[in-house]
Parts: sequence; C-alpha cells; structure tokens
Amino acid sequence: MPQSNLSPSLSPNLPPSLSPTELESILAKQRRDPTRLLQILIDIQAAQHWISPENIDLLAAELNLPRARVEGVIGFYSFLHDQPVGQFRLLFSDNITDRMLGNQDLLEYLCNKLWLERGHVSEDGLVSVDTTSCTGLCDQGPAMLANGLAIPRLTRERLDEIVELVLQKVPVTQWPAELFVIEDNIRRSHILLANQMQPGDALRAAVAQVCVPGSAVEAAANQRSWREGIPSVALCAPLSTLEEIKRSNLRGRGGAGFTTGLKWEACRNAPGGEDNRTRYVVCNADEGEPGTFKDRVLLTTQADLLFEGMTLCAYAIDAKQGFLYLRGEYRHLLEPLNAVLQRRRAANLLGADILGQTGFDFDIEIHLGAGAYVCGEESALIESLEGKRGIPRNRPPYPVTHGYLDKPTTVNNVETFCAAALVGLHGGDWYRDIGTAKSAGTKILSVSGDCARPGIYEYPFGASVRQVLADCGAENTLAVQISGPSGVCIGADEFDRRIAFEDLATAGAFMVFDESRDMFEVARNFAHFFAHESCGFCTPCRVGTAMLKATMDKIAAGHGTQYDLAEIDQLNRILLQSAHCGLGHTACNPTLDTLKRFRPTYERRLKSLDFEPAFDLDGALATARRMTGRDDAGAHLSMETES
Amino acid sequence: MSETCQLDGEDIPFAPGQTVLQAALSADRYIPHLCYHPEFKPHGSCKVCTVKIGNRTAASCTMPAQAGMEIESNTEEMNDLRRTLVQMLFAEGNHFCPSCEKSGNCELQALGSDLGVMTAGFRHFYPDRPVDASHPDILLDFNRCILCELCVRASCEVDEKCVFALSGRGITKHLVVNATSGKLADTDIALTDKAMQVCPVGVILKKRVGFAVPIGQRRYDKRPISAQALDDAPRPSSGSGRCTACEE
Repeated sequence: MPQSNLSPSLSPNLPPSLSPTELESILAKQRRDPTRLLQILIDIQAAQHWISPENIDLLAAELNLPRARVEGVIGFYSFLHDQPVGQFRLLFSDNITDRMLGNQDLLEYLCNKLWLERGHVSEDGLVSVDTTSCTGLCDQGPAMLANGLAIPRLTRERLDEIVELVLQKVPVTQWPAELFVIEDNIRRSHILLANQMQPGDALRAAVAQVCVPGSAVEAAANQRSWREGIPSVALCAPLSTLEEIKRSNLRGRGGAGFTTGLKWEACRNAPGGEDNRTRYVVCNADEGEPGTFKDRVLLTTQADLLFEGMTLCAYAIDAKQGFLYLRGEYRHLLEPLNAVLQRRRAANLLGADILGQTGFDFDIEIHLGAGAYVCGEESALIESLEGKRGIPRNRPPYPVTHGYLDKPTTVNNVETFCAAALVGLHGGDWYRDIGTAKSAGTKILSVSGDCARPGIYEYPFGASVRQVLADCGAENTLAVQISGPSGVCIGADEFDRRIAFEDLATAGAFMVFDESRDMFEVARNFAHFFAHESCGFCTPCRVGTAMLKATMDKIAAGHGTQYDLAEIDQLNRILLQSAHCGLGHTACNPTLDTLKRFRPTYERRLKSLDFEPAFDLDGALATARRMTGRDDAGAHLSMETES
Repeated sequence: MSETCQLDGEDIPFAPGQTVLQAALSADRYIPHLCYHPEFKPHGSCKVCTVKIGNRTAASCTMPAQAGMEIESNTEEMNDLRRTLVQMLFAEGNHFCPSCEKSGNCELQALGSDLGVMTAGFRHFYPDRPVDASHPDILLDFNRCILCELCVRASCEVDEKCVFALSGRGITKHLVVNATSGKLADTDIALTDKAMQVCPVGVILKKRVGFAVPIGQRRYDKRPISAQALDDAPRPSSGSGRCTACEE
C-alpha cells in the first residue's frame, strides 16, 4: 500500500515544507474556504513541489477538516503529491498519438541523460520523469508537462536543452518562452471559429429583446412573474433568450448531446435557495478525453465568446456565479483567461448590473483541476469544484436541481457555451438551419495521428469521415478513433459515416491510424488509460479496468488465449450493467471495437492453448536477478530449460 | 397512503424517500447487497444490489423507488452479475477464508456462499497491503478490505471522529486513518465506536478475542445471509445521515 513510511526522522533528506507564513498567504488568498481545498493544495504543490505531512496537519487544523480527508484529496489527483517527486517533475504525455510520435524513445533518452529510472526521484531529490494521460497536444506532440506547464513538439535537441535547465536548477517559470509556444493549428473554420463578434454583442442583443404581445414568451413571463416574484417585463428578455436556445436545437458538445435549452430551462425551474437566485453556471473545460484538444484552442482564441455564452446562460437561468473548471494540463491558459475576465469586468460585461441592467449580476471564477479524467463527468466535476475527491455522484438528483453546493447548476462544455453565444446574437432559427435535422450547428474536431495536417477542423454536422480524412491529408488510413477511447473505432468500410448525433456522436477527438499501425497496441494504450483514470468508487470499474489492463498486457506478452478474449466480453458485460458512470461503461469499447474489426491482430498473439497461466515464472525472478546483478542465461528460467 | 412498485412481479409498498432496496427490505424481500447498511446513508459503491428497471440497470440501494416501477432482481442475469462482482472483490484483495478470524461472520464470504461462488474466477491481484497492528487493542488487516466505506461512514456519521477515509484512485484506492503517522494507534478510535462494529469483512478486528466462537457455530454457519439480512434491515439509523464532523 502506498502509505507513508517516510517519517521525517528516518529520512533527513526530505525537502522542506512550505513555511507557515507562506501557507497562511495561500489560505488567505483562498479565503480559508474548505470548498477551495483542491485549489489550496494546487497552490502548495506549485510552490513547494510537494505537500508535506506538516503542511497537511496545519491545513487540516486551519480548515477544520479531518487530516485523513485532506490526505484523501491529495491521493486522488495525479498532480498532487504527499511524497517528494523532485524540484522538477517531467511528465510525458502518453496518449497513443504521443507514442506514435516516439515519446517512449524520448522518455528513455531523457532518463538516460538524467541518470534516472522512470518513476523514481533522482538521488539528490532534483528531478523525476514519468508519464501522464493525454495532455491535449496531440497535433504537436510528443508533449510533456514540466512542473505542470505544457511543452509541445519534443525532440532530442529540445530535451538536451531541458536537461541543461534542470541541472542548472533554473525554475521552470524562467525557462525560455520558446519551449512553451503552443500552436492553434486552426485548419478549417465555420461559424464558430470564424465569428466576428465583438465582446458584449450577444448580451446586448439578449437584453434588448422584448415580449411580442400575445406571444408564448409573454404568457410564460406572466406566469413566472407570479411564481418567481419578478415583474413580467423584466422576464421577457431572459425568457426570450431561453426560448432562442431551445429553438436552436443546440445539443451539448461534451459527447452526451443533451439538449441545451431543456437543461437551462430545468435549471431555471429548480428552486434556487432562499432568494431563488442561487444557481450556478459551470463550464466544463476538463478536456481529458485522449485525442481531444479543441477546447484548448477555443480557450486560447475564443475566450470572449465562451464567457459571453456563460453570461448569457446566467441571464437565462437567473444565476449569479459561474465557474470555469480548467483541467490542470491547461494551467498555462490560466493567466490569459483571467486577463480576459478582468477586461470583461472593466467593460461591465461581468460584475454587478451588467450592461446597466439592474439585477443582472454575474461573475466567473476559474478553478483548476489536478489530473483526473473522471472529473470531466459533470457530477464528479462538481465534487471537485467543492474541493473533494472527484467521485461521480449518484443520480438522481441531477445537477440541474442539486449541483454545486446542492444548488441548481448548469454544466456545459466550452464549445456549447461558445455556440450558445452565437445563438444569442443570431437567433435560434439561424442556428438550426446549419447542420442536419437532428444535429444543429457545427462541430469542431481535433484531428491528430497519421495525417499531413493535424489540427482543428470545424464542420457543419453531417460531414463524412471520408471528407475529414481528405481535408487533413490522411493516406492509407486503416482506422479512425472517433471521440477518443470512450467513443468508437471505425474501419475503412465505415468512412462514409457522418459526424452527427444520429450517426457518429463525438466530443471532438478524431485520431487517424494508417496501415502501418497495430490496432491492438492502440487498444492496449486505451485500456491502460482507463485503469489509470478509474476513480475506484465502484467495484466493476475499479477491478474491471485493472483486469482489462492485465489481460491486454498478458496478450501483448504472448501469453493470451481464447479464454482471455472471452473474459474481455464478460468484463464488458459487467461494466455495462453495473458501472457507476460513463467511464466504466465505455472502458471496454476500444478493445471490443478493435477485436470486432481487427481480430487477426489479437489472434496472432494468442497461444493456441485453451488456458495459459498469467503468472510469468521467469518474470517473477526479475527482482532476484536485479539483486544479484545477474542477467546471464542461467538466471533465466526459459533459457535454463532450453539449454 | 404509500405507493407501490413491482419487485419480481409482486407489488411492494414504499414510503416517500425510500430507495428500491430499502422498500424491498421493509417489505421482507431480500436483494443481495454488501456496502449497504440500514443505519447509514446508502452510497452504492459495491453494485452487488444492482437490479433491472425496465431495460436499464441501477444500484437498488441508491435508486429512489417510484410508483409503478417494474424491478427485476431475482433473475439469473442479475444473480450472475452479483456472482461476478463478488468474485472480483475476492480477486482484488487477499482473502484466505480458512485462516481468517471473520470466517463464518463475514458478509463477503456469506454472500459468495449464497450466490454459489466456488472460485474467484479471475486472476488474483495479490496486492501488497501491510497490516496495521500499532493499536494496543485493534488490528487493521487491509488485505481483506473491500472498500465499502462502512467504517468511514460509521466513524463520520455516528462517532463523529472521521478516523477512516479513502485515499488513492482506481485499483490503488485504499483506506487511510486520521493520523500524521498513518497509524491507528495515533487516532482517537475507541473499542466502543460504531466504526468497530460495521466492517463486513475481517479488516477491523479486536485483539485477543479471536476464535472465541468456533468455526461452524458462527453467524452465517447457522443461517444464510439472505435470511438474516431481513431480520436486520428495517431499523432506525443511529447516525445523522451526514458527516457533520467532516463537512462544514
């Protein structure tokens, strides 16, 4: 069990704790609010590169929380550490696209240069090297996070430069800016990426709406006026906004595709506390699905549009507070995004009485994640926003009625809010005319893998996979993984299928694999991903994803049998029937999809036996070989028998 | 007037706010379960109590009962699922029933026996989980932990001490205790705590009282768990239903 056995007295070389004064300033900045525990821990981790036992004690006392709970939160998030991980923590993004670009060779190269073993801290406590789940830089990989800051396009030359900086102990914040340059790679724009909207345009259009006498909106306003205690004239514009969103047929862009207008309306209808105005708008920018990076580009290039959409939502559902939950991997976007928020406050597009409308009060705060894919699930995200372990909640009740702090909460994807802002400006009818009958508007795809032009592509819904492949310059394509590991893997006979909710629903990932690729290794990478990211709450997902990973490794090692393939089917059935959330439900998809379409790549690895023990006797002797410094033939079981 | 839903074709009444499992147990109908305990807020992590409602499945301990719901529980499909989930728990930890002090009183073992679990069915994980024998009167043998969080809930909701919590994620999720040293001896746990009484398996054990009752004469040696769960089930909660000590 990874419990602390490093008591300070036994390990004199432990790095220092954060001083009580410094901790105090972090606590003050975070208003000593226990619901901000995660943000506090992120600050300590950034300042001191670990969270010491002393700091945990002090924090627990100051926030009046049980120590074990603080420890539990640290233990949940990949980027928080209660054991030292070095002054420099270098994490290679380990999505399959990074692997295809050679990240494993580079990792080995870096470890050799630093005289390190992967996953271990150097003797002097200076540096550690490991892997992390997809960092959303698939179009410019291989990528890494250096103390949480993203570095794309790794090469041996760039690693040489990084090694020098590490050895000279230059703080990451002072590394050359050139290392951190991230490209947008926008290859195809449509209404969203090509919009010419000025900040505030959609809000000005929204507040200017009036009720048409005799209209349905007017009737609704009159009805609500009595129920909500607001003059009906003041309800006309917000309800018209709600009406336009419903009319637009906009559906959530995070993958599930729930109708945005219905979500907003349900949230508005839910009682919002004593003043009936305590509702929350939450933007899910925890873009963790491997192969997805369109939100990164939207956050970089369309921050105003996003915040405008969130503000519009607040106007429609009558909320005062918003949150942007930004995945830890996008830490580099925090300051630019805060600058945009500041500018919007100065322009009266956020804050009190927005655009001079009495009572239109709304502001947005950014919370960081800390390396947990499951927090992209909306109820886990809310738990995380509250400073807890990101465990998906039991539903019902749903977030629209019982969300953040148990109050009505609308959670939408970055792209959804951006689209909502466009609807606010141009109207629902304009929007629903774009795309297909069941899928209104456009979809932004994050294209990566084997193609000439990886990057961001915006299409009206209904575009075929074949068209996307042609546009991005993909040749000899074997397969495309749509919507990441939790989505679907399709082969060449399905390239006429279309990107739309009624056919290939997607959160945006579009990973291309050409004929040189081994789809078994793709699926194995994804199996590792799910096992690493399972929150561990429910039995089927916690144990099942670990079993799937072990089975895929067993097959990879040449010990697989037909029996193992049957076991994968069984695991899938169990996960579908009983997993707590979508992570578990979809964990077997990549394996089953590739088994169905590329079965020979599995079968050629199988032993022709009915049963093959998973226990590798020779492998079990590895520790003994390391301890005795032997690696000759006689130290190997198989060679022993052969000789 | 209470409303009714259907469980395996028979009408059962339910009170407002009851979940499917609570309604079933109150109506003397057994649905196999493991992490549910009548005295605490259900949280639905073990998934053993999964039932079929229409064409969907749900954990019955957390699913609110609704009028007219048609629930299938005692079917081959659901019992198969439960059997596999119990097997997964056996494969995940280190469970050596013949030498375990809890044998005969263990809910995991009793459930396995009831469901006809003959082998773990999967490869064992053999995790490395050192025991915590630091406390003079209590032994923690994490090898048997099934992460049901009953001790966490009891310590929080009833004892208001929060001696236990969970840390880690996925397959590395594990129980931690509320002490800087990480040792139970440095917590304020007491033998009289509710948390001492709720472990369904053999993690939290009193020292020096082992094997007082011979194997063969223990609780589930006499009657199967399916019969005894009903005796237990409808009883008032001893806790607040909320973790007042942990939540502000």
